[in-house]
Amino acid sequence: MLVVDQISKHLPTFSLSEVTFKVSQADYFMLLGPSGSGKSLLLQIISGLVKPDSGRLLFNGYDITYAPAGKRDLGILFQDLALFPHLSVYDNIAYPLRLRKYSSFAIKQWVFDLAEQFSLSNLLDQDVTSLSGGEKQRVALARTLASKPSILLLDEPLSAVDAQLHLDIMAMLRSINRYGTTIIHVTHNFEEAISLASKVGVMHHGQLVQVGEPVEVFQNPRSEFVAKFTGAKNFFRVKGVHTNPDGLNYAEMPLGETVAFYANPVYSNGFVCFPEESVVLSTQAENQSAINVFSGRVIDIFAQRFGFEVVVDCGFKVFALVTKESLEKLNISPGIKLFAAVKANAVRFIPEI
Amino acid sequence: MIKQGVNNFSTFHLVLTLLAAFILLFIVAPLLGMIINTPFKTIIATATDSQVLKSIWLSIWVAMATSLLFAIPAIPLAYILARCNFPLKNLINGIIDLPVVIPHSVVGIALLGFIAGDGLLGKTFDAFGIKLLGTPFAIALAMAFVSLPFLINSARDGFLQVPERLEQAALTLGASPFQVFFTISLPLAWRSIVTGLVMMFARGMSEFGAVVIIAYHPMVASVMIYDRFTAFGLKYAQPAALLFLLVSLVVFISLRFFSQKR
Repeated sequence: MLVVDQISKHLPTFSLSEVTFKVSQADYFMLLGPSGSGKSLLLQIISGLVKPDSGRLLFNGYDITYAPAGKRDLGILFQDLALFPHLSVYDNIAYPLRLRKYSSFAIKQWVFDLAEQFSLSNLLDQDVTSLSGGEKQRVALARTLASKPSILLLDEPLSAVDAQLHLDIMAMLRSINRYGTTIIHVTHNFEEAISLASKVGVMHHGQLVQVGEPVEVFQNPRSEFVAKFTGAKNFFRVKGVHTNPDGLNYAEMPLGETVAFYANPVYSNGFVCFPEESVVLSTQAENQSAINVFSGRVIDIFAQRFGFEVVVDCGFKVFALVTKESLEKLNISPGIKLFAAVKANAVRFIPEI
Repeated sequence: MIKQGVNNFSTFHLVLTLLAAFILLFIVAPLLGMIINTPFKTIIATATDSQVLKSIWLSIWVAMATSLLFAIPAIPLAYILARCNFPLKNLINGIIDLPVVIPHSVVGIALLGFIAGDGLLGKTFDAFGIKLLGTPFAIALAMAFVSLPFLINSARDGFLQVPERLEQAALTLGASPFQVFFTISLPLAWRSIVTGLVMMFARGMSEFGAVVIIAYHPMVASVMIYDRFTAFGLKYAQPAALLFLLVSLVVFISLRFFSQKR
């Protein structure tokens, strides 16, 4: 278990203040925040490249706050990959193993195994500068994992890759995590967090503003920032994704309701989310296949900067943003029965990887 | 309109080419003149003159040994200048460039005071019964003083071009700072370091002003040429000068060639 305990770091233009969280064995911890929120700096502090001004890092009970970067049993994958351009693919992967003075036979064996696992076997002799983006990513990952770190730190690993590769790498990270490697993944993309995280920490202005399971954090954002940043209050786990002849995809919601959406249905399980602004409240149900209609009772109304947020209990909470006029016209008050309609094209499907 | 533009362009090019040709001619003409004016027979005769050969060889090996020996502390200094920020860093960068701007006779006088019997280094060596004056070691000091900026500046630029991220990656993979330096920084800056070494070697080998003051004997090639000129005149100095020029060119070009090839 890694404990980040009140870590602070003051730089001339930025401060990280008293960040505290715990990452358990085999967690997939996602540090989510906009650029400049301090998440990469925090990752560098955890990796040992930057020393904190105060606070402690405990790893399995040992204080590693000031331990050298290479002695922490952590591996970091940088956003720019940091492959050594003067070394071949083989030598890049073998680099951490040679430092540990393993026999050349053992190194060869282990590099070949990793190459096999990451589909790099026929590239081992190549110059790393001649590789494609996806190949470079796999070499960097293989090199980081070569020393079998207990925790893998990822700094925006998916920001520079194209859509297809995105899913491949996500699947790879998921499988690494399933084999027991704890992962701390820094990203500004909440869809990545939804897809992969077992725990999410949201960073803002150098502070960790909320930590929890993704569903808990997205559905119960503790501040306006978290709500705005994640933008996914209407966020539900779904299963059994299938395509009907009408071209729409359908999936089953937690209480057996179906939800319709447009997406490429490669995965059968995942999450759907839709913005609060896309939810239209009415007193009558519309019957169209391309519109999802959920019925429920209003349980809460909150004044917002632009209108009101209405929470409708349909067995699951649906959040809608309505204007003052609509609120008055529909006579919305807690307890009344309503229909919440969402167009299928407003619903996003995020596969669970 | 376009035609006029093109015309302007070619006039501009013509002026550029003429000026460039003038500079090139200025460098090449005296050297070429020396080659043309020296009969082949005389060159052969000079090439078998043991005094000439000895002094050229002395220039080469002392310059080479100086470059390699001084590289050991100079490369780490270049690394520090590339990687660390500290107060007075600009001052240190300025100090490193100082030998380029100081007249070389001044360098010679300063070094002479330093290594003569009553100088700091001279006294220290004297205590062990070692005389520095008039030795290849004294020549090496003079060569190093004037040529070190070439190595340090080139190596520093080389280290600056190595992304710090690569060094950080090596650290996280388990390398010690020493291992990072020897497996990442040094190999990646190698080309610039070798270029710097070649320049340092070439500059050291061609040094005259500081060397002539600090060690007239044993004679390095540049001093030997000067000696022949003052004692016997131009005609006698020319073949030796030409031979030294040819040897320098061959050594310099081959070093450049091998360092580029790597």
